[in-house]
Amino acid sequence: MSNIVKPDYWQHDLVPNTEHKDLNTLNLGPTHPATHGIFQNVLTLDGEVIQSAEQTIGYIHRAFEKLAERRPFYQITTLTDRLNYCSSPINNMGWHMTVEKLCGIELPKRVEYMRVIMMELARIADHLICNSVIGVDTGALTGFTYIFQQREKIYDIYEEVCGARLTTNMGRIGGFERDFSPKCWQLIRDFVKNYPAALKEFDNLLARNRIFMDRTINCGPFSAERALAYGFTGPNLRACGVDYDVRVADPYSSYQDFDFIIPIGQNGDTYDRFMVRDQEMKESISIIKQALDKLDKLADKKSFTADVPAWVLPPKDEVYNQMEALIWHFKIVMGETEVPIGEVYHCVEGANGELGFYLVSDGGRTPARLHFRRPCFIYYQAYPEMIKGTMLSDAILTMSSMNVIAGELDA
Amino acid sequence: MPAPAFAIKTDRDQLTIDKLVAAFGDGVLSHERISDMLVITVKKPVIHAVLKFLRDEVDFNFLTSMGGMHYADRDALGLVFHLHSMRNGHRIRLKTETPMKDPVFPTFTDLWPTTNWMEREAWDFFGIQFSGHPNLKRILNMEDFPAFPLRKDYPLEDPTREDKDDSYFGR
Repeated sequence: MSNIVKPDYWQHDLVPNTEHKDLNTLNLGPTHPATHGIFQNVLTLDGEVIQSAEQTIGYIHRAFEKLAERRPFYQITTLTDRLNYCSSPINNMGWHMTVEKLCGIELPKRVEYMRVIMMELARIADHLICNSVIGVDTGALTGFTYIFQQREKIYDIYEEVCGARLTTNMGRIGGFERDFSPKCWQLIRDFVKNYPAALKEFDNLLARNRIFMDRTINCGPFSAERALAYGFTGPNLRACGVDYDVRVADPYSSYQDFDFIIPIGQNGDTYDRFMVRDQEMKESISIIKQALDKLDKLADKKSFTADVPAWVLPPKDEVYNQMEALIWHFKIVMGETEVPIGEVYHCVEGANGELGFYLVSDGGRTPARLHFRRPCFIYYQAYPEMIKGTMLSDAILTMSSMNVIAGELDA
Repeated sequence: MPAPAFAIKTDRDQLTIDKLVAAFGDGVLSHERISDMLVITVKKPVIHAVLKFLRDEVDFNFLTSMGGMHYADRDALGLVFHLHSMRNGHRIRLKTETPMKDPVFPTFTDLWPTTNWMEREAWDFFGIQFSGHPNLKRILNMEDFPAFPLRKDYPLEDPTREDKDDSYFGR
């Protein structure tokens, strides 16, 4: 972490002050209400124009990669929750899929479609927060308070599936812990039915709003070349005009069965990022609808896990009455499930980019090494370049439109 | 499971190997396909040139991730790169190693600016240095942290505890 009061370059004169201007140093953060998280930026300002920024991250570092080397595979799910806590189910399922890829577990179609539904709901929840917060930072609090009702509905669905709302720990390696309840299906159908109207309302408030457009168009623009060089992924890259989406490029969990478009922007500015997310939410709803239709057509109406007794806990009545079930239960809980030696990289399209898991297994009960490719961590380093020469208030807006999540940034 | 509609069938793996071996000869230590992607191990002195070659000649436009590794069994530190050719839908993994007593690599920030923080992370957690890095200091841990915590010899729990004896649990 850096010197809180003044950055190093202040002494070293890395910012050439040729015109002998009186530059100001401003500490934006670490805890500032407008940054929505623990981010510190030491800005050098010429009047209100940003000359340079020095970032400090790591305030909520929790050593996940080290912790993961001490935990059995099934216990790592709870660590992934706390990466991007706005869309925990995507992280959970990304991790499950990584282990399944390592162990060669094939899932029934029904489970994959159920996962798709939960992941798309999580994507909507994440994009909702980000887009409504862009509204808040431009001074439009109303949209935020209205649309959060919809996020609550998504969280009700999470609660029905796994019992938790924020740090979900949803699903297990090999599927889900239990089948979705009838109430859960009903909630999903209600959400799909009611949400487009609510999103339309939100759209009407901001998307073609003259004040909002004046405020966000050309605010923090970024070129596609720089974005690729900086490792941007997800909506931020697509806003720059590159149609890269892991769901299409490397389909996982049967995404190849779905028909959806990848919205892209042109200028990579705040407005484009807003509109890309906005459009993606509509695509997500369409994917959920398709998944519900496909589930209706499937003959399989019961399976919610793959047939892998080494990973999926047996039902409790069997544990109490059958020796084999008791043995499996004990083996799983003690983390003694055998894992092949090997290494895999699996990536999923997280709500803010390509979320990757590089897992090295030496055959032990814990990973030998687990590296998270955290999209926030990678694209947030471009922030000083994006805000250089812009006004302070644009810097706030750029940050919120990049959807930087402190939990994912700091791991 | 039906094959994804977008997979491109040409053998990019073989093409990459052929081009690399032709350009670097025995700088390429090994290449094999481990479960999901091609894994290439190269010697440390050529790593920067290999990455530049892969970027400019073999169309790997995107560096997905770079992470440090600690191989406690052979007392070495390593780097693992994941490269992605978006145009060809092709990913490879590139590895390189250095002995523990000489943990210095050239910086890769001139090739991809995205490696800036990845290199700082590798320094922070593994003590791998990158010569020429613009601002090589710790990134997630505090500046005066006394160790490199992701090395295998750094204990996760208090090593003086006696109440948790792993031998009782078959570990």
